[in-house]
Amino acid sequence: MTTSFPRRFTARTQAALALERLAAEASRRLGRGSGEMIGGKLALRVSPGALAEVGSRRPSACVSGTNGKTTTTRLLARALGTLGPVKSNSGGANMAPGVFAALSKPPYDTPAALEVDEIWLPKVTREIGPRVVLLLNISRDQLDRSNETRRIAAMWRELGAELPDTTVVANVDDPLVAWAAAGWSRQVWVSAGQNWTADAMVCPQCARLLHRNANGWWSECGLARPEPIVSVIGPRELLWYGRTIPARLDLPGRVNLGNAAMAAAAAREFGVEVEAALTAMTGLGDVQGRYQEVVLGEQGRRGRLLLAKNPAGWVEMMELLADAPPRPVIIDFNSQTADGRDPSWIWDVPLERLAGRQVLVTGERKEDMSVRLAYAEVPHSVHRSAEDAALAANEKLVDVVANYTAFRDLLVRCTR
Amino acid sequence: MSGGGGAGHGAGRGPGRGASATRIALIYPELLGTYGDGGNAIVLERRLRWRGLPVERVDVPAGSPVPEGCDIYLLGGGEDAPQVLAADGIRQNRAISRAVRGGAAVLAVCAGYQVIGQSFPSGGEIHEGLGLVGIETRRSFAGPDTPPPGRAVGDIVVEPDRRLGLPTLYGYENHAGRTRRLPGCEGFPLGTVRRGIGDGSGGGTGPGNGSGGPGGPEGTGTAGAAGTGTDGIVDGRVLGTYLHGPVLAQNPALADLLLTWVHGDLPPLSGPPETVALREARHRALAAG
Repeated sequence: MTTSFPRRFTARTQAALALERLAAEASRRLGRGSGEMIGGKLALRVSPGALAEVGSRRPSACVSGTNGKTTTTRLLARALGTLGPVKSNSGGANMAPGVFAALSKPPYDTPAALEVDEIWLPKVTREIGPRVVLLLNISRDQLDRSNETRRIAAMWRELGAELPDTTVVANVDDPLVAWAAAGWSRQVWVSAGQNWTADAMVCPQCARLLHRNANGWWSECGLARPEPIVSVIGPRELLWYGRTIPARLDLPGRVNLGNAAMAAAAAREFGVEVEAALTAMTGLGDVQGRYQEVVLGEQGRRGRLLLAKNPAGWVEMMELLADAPPRPVIIDFNSQTADGRDPSWIWDVPLERLAGRQVLVTGERKEDMSVRLAYAEVPHSVHRSAEDAALAANEKLVDVVANYTAFRDLLVRCTR
Repeated sequence: MSGGGGAGHGAGRGPGRGASATRIALIYPELLGTYGDGGNAIVLERRLRWRGLPVERVDVPAGSPVPEGCDIYLLGGGEDAPQVLAADGIRQNRAISRAVRGGAAVLAVCAGYQVIGQSFPSGGEIHEGLGLVGIETRRSFAGPDTPPPGRAVGDIVVEPDRRLGLPTLYGYENHAGRTRRLPGCEGFPLGTVRRGIGDGSGGGTGPGNGSGGPGGPEGTGTAGAAGTGTDGIVDGRVLGTYLHGPVLAQNPALADLLLTWVHGDLPPLSGPPETVALREARHRALAAG
C-alpha cells in the first residue's frame, strides 16, 4: 500500500500517508464530514515531519487573515489553475491537519494555494516554506478568546525573519498587517481596502494613536502606510503596476475585488499574467455557499446566503447589501464556541443602516439581535428558523446574513 | 456619601436644567470599545429620547481632551496598551473628577472599571488610575508563590445590592485582572456574583476591610459555586462593573437608574418589549448553570 508514495519520503511519512488515506476514507463512509481533519491529525501524529515532506518541494502560497481567507484562496487557486493542476484546501480546513490533507495525494510538485488559520501560519509556513504568503487583515473576532489583534501581528512580523525566501503580499490599508509585513525580506504591497478601522487605532509599533486621512495612515514613530504597487481604485478597476485595468468578478462587492487584487498579485509571483488571472477568477460565483442562492423552506422561497462572523465582516456585507435591490434581510445569529460565545460585538455593527428594509431575525441568540435592532430603531420580526422567516418575508427572494455556525447549519439544511 | 438609591436627588444636577439636554459622553470609544460598549451610549440616548426628553451624545475621540459639563461619562473595555493610553489621556485634564464632584455620573465597564480605581496592571507594570473610587486591580491577590488565576471569561449573573432596587443583572465578562476595594473606600459592591467571576477577590475588601461593607446582599438563594464573590462598585454616582454585553442593553433598569441620578424622576417607559424577551432568554439559559 505504501509503495505508491515516492521513495524519498521517510518510512514514517509513508506510513502516515497510508493511515491518512484509510482514516479519511473511513470517516467519509461514516458520513462524518470530509475526513480531512481526522486523517490529517492522525498522519501528523505518526509523522510530525510529514507536512514538510509533502509540502516543501512545491511552489505554494499561504493565505491568512481574519476575513476573506477562504474566498481569496479560491480565487488564487483559480488563477494558478491557468498553469496546470493546483492543490488547495478548498474545504476550509485551515489548520496543519487540513493543509496536510490537501497536499497528501500525489503529485507532490504541483503548486498549492492554501488557506491557513492566523495562529497556525507560523507552524505551517515553517514546514512548507511557501513562495508567497498573503496577509489580508486583522480584526476582532470571537471576543471570548481574548481578542489580541496586536499579538497576531507581532507573531507574523517575527515569522518574516524565518522565511527569507518568501515574498509577502500584504494589504497596506491595514496598519497591523503593514507593520507585520514590514519585517519580511520582500513585499508586494496591495491596497485592498479596509472598511473596519476600530481594531487599528493604536500604532502596533509605538502604541500611540494612529493618524489617518484620505491618503492613508501614519504614526509619530515613523510607521506609515507603504506605497502600494496594486490598488483597488473603483468598483471594477485596479491600478496594476502603473496601469489601470478593468476587473469584473462574479463575486459581489468591493471587498471581493480587494481579495481578487491580493490573489492576482500573488499569482504574478508564479508567472500568471494579471489578465489571465482575472479571467480565471470571473467564473467563481460562490464560495462554500457564500453568495449562493438556495431554496429556503417551502413555497418557492429563495435566499442569497451571506456570511458575517464579526464586525468587519458585517460592515462588508452592509456594503454588499447596499449594492443590490433592497430585499428583505433575514439575520440568523448564534453564539456557539465556533462563533465566539460573546455576542456583544453586534453593538459595534451599524445595523441602523438596515432601516427601510424588512428585517427578520432568527438563531440561538435572536433575542440579543432583536434588542440591538430595537435600539437601532429598525422594525423587525422574530422567527423560530430561517425557513419560517422566509415564509414571513414580503418577497420570494431574500438575503440571509448568518454567522459561522448558523451559516453552516443553514447551508446543510438547504443543500441536502 | 452614597447616592446609590437615586432617590432624594430631586431634579438632577442643579436648578433649571429641566429643559436642557442630558449630555452623555462616550470616552475614547476607539480605545475603550472592544466589547460593544458603545452600545451603552446608544441605550441611554434612546431611553431619554423615547421619553421625549432632550439628549445630546458627545463622542470624545481618543487624543482629545475630556469635556467637563457632561452628565454621564461612559468608559468601556479595551486591550492592555489602549487601556494605559486611555488612562493617561483622561488623567491629563481631570475633567471627569471635577464633573463627578459637580454631580455627574460615571459608568465604567471592564478595562474602564479598572481605570477609575487607584491602580491597575498592564504589560507587567502597575499603572496609576483615575482615583475616582477606592479600588485597585491586580493580576492576582494571592501570594507570589501562587500562580495568577486565568482570565475570567464567560456569562456572568449578578444579584445587585438591595439599595439599588434593581432586578438581576446579566452580562458577559472577559478580563484577566482581579479587583478589590481599598480601606476607606466609601462605595459598596454593585452586587453578589451568582454565576461567573466578577471582581474575583473573594467578595471581601483589601487589607483592613473597607468601611462600605457589602450592605444588602445576604445571598438570597445564591447558594452555589460563585455565590460569595462580588462584582463592581457603586460610590455616589460612580458605578463600575466587569459586566459588558453591553450591560445597559441587557439591564434596562440599570440604564434608568443612571438616568435618574442625573435627571431626577423619569416619565415611565415600557420596554422595549425585546428586552423582556432577552432577559427571559438569559434567565432560561443561565439559571440552570
